[in-house]
Amino acid sequence: MAKIMAGVGCSHVPAIGVAMDTGITHEEYWKPVFEGFKKSREWMKKQNPDVIFLVYNDHCTAFDARCIPTFALGCGAEFQPADEGWGPRPVPAVKNHQKMASHIAQSLVLNEFDITIMNEMEVDHGLTVPLSVMFGDIKQNDEWPALVIPLCVNVVQYPAPTGNRCYNLGKAIRRAIESYEEDLNVIIFGTGGMSHQLQYKRAGLINSDWDKRFLDLMTADPVGASQITHLEYLRETGSEGIEMVMWLIMRGTLNENVTEVHRHYHVPASNTAVGHIILENNA
Amino acid sequence: MTEKEYDKIPGTIVFDADKSREGYHLNQFCISLRLQKNRDAFNKNEEAYLDAYPMSKEQREAVLKREWNLLLELGGNIYYTSKLAANDGINFQNLAGRMTGMGVDSYREMMLKGGRSIEGNRDKSEWGED
Repeated sequence: MAKIMAGVGCSHVPAIGVAMDTGITHEEYWKPVFEGFKKSREWMKKQNPDVIFLVYNDHCTAFDARCIPTFALGCGAEFQPADEGWGPRPVPAVKNHQKMASHIAQSLVLNEFDITIMNEMEVDHGLTVPLSVMFGDIKQNDEWPALVIPLCVNVVQYPAPTGNRCYNLGKAIRRAIESYEEDLNVIIFGTGGMSHQLQYKRAGLINSDWDKRFLDLMTADPVGASQITHLEYLRETGSEGIEMVMWLIMRGTLNENVTEVHRHYHVPASNTAVGHIILENNA
Repeated sequence: MTEKEYDKIPGTIVFDADKSREGYHLNQFCISLRLQKNRDAFNKNEEAYLDAYPMSKEQREAVLKREWNLLLELGGNIYYTSKLAANDGINFQNLAGRMTGMGVDSYREMMLKGGRSIEGNRDKSEWGED
């Protein structure tokens, strides 16, 4: 049977991808950002997952204003990196575990999570940047070391799904994954955040104390974290900080008791607080 | 209009259904610039390109004049307007430097020092607004 080994929380700042793609990660500005992922990359090698279930948001790339699904699951065979306005990232196409994705889609709907099924979809930095920071540089003509099942969440148009809904969706995803017959090691990524506001006159807001408390809750009190209101995210962590609801989907797929094996927090990457956590399921 | 719970947050426009309705054609124009062939057509003749998008006069003017804050006030969303900025060679951080009125250098400096503090930035009353 498929098994969830661990969960990873990780920001997906586009500039981090640009820094890797242009080879400037050794520069003073970027060094501390990437330093914190050294241990993560070693950990990923050891884990050697077969499948990554990656929760992220599309930034009006695959979905523009014509269609805004709250939850959309990638079920197609592969997903090409999108041109977001400055050319596609030079990274490999993302390959799906299509059969498992279809199984998850079916299981979720029967468990009353009526998700959207995507058979064609380009993927943007929200998905590829977390893969890059966790796997390191992977050449475009090479392959990602794991298959990836993408789950897209609307956090662009208010309201994003509630933290509570996300947490419960995580639990349903766990049931779906663990009822899949093939023996597979699965790691769940919840991406986005942490505090940041990209827009209007309050742009640049960072709330490190709040972010650190959120990381604490991720480890020790996920139910408490699932009750954080939209108003609190918007006010305390900036208009784009609400992306953190996606970490709750990841957290919902894990045991209540987890072991925090790594944490990294740094300000700034461009406009954003970079946050990262690795939580292993206790046996 | 009934007040929304997030209306009291200063310097912030929450992109909700009302904004989304108002900004629909503006945002669809912006997102079209994701593709190179469209950027080429827009850069060749902005006015002619905009004719294909039935946005309001005010929105159209704000596009032509690159009034970044006004674009948001008129229903634009940052992930959309950032495509127009990218077309002009302006990245997210430099765009924020403009929207905050701080200028690119002092904005970057603020971020290096840990960003804009939450203290004094929770409620419009702290900004002297109602």
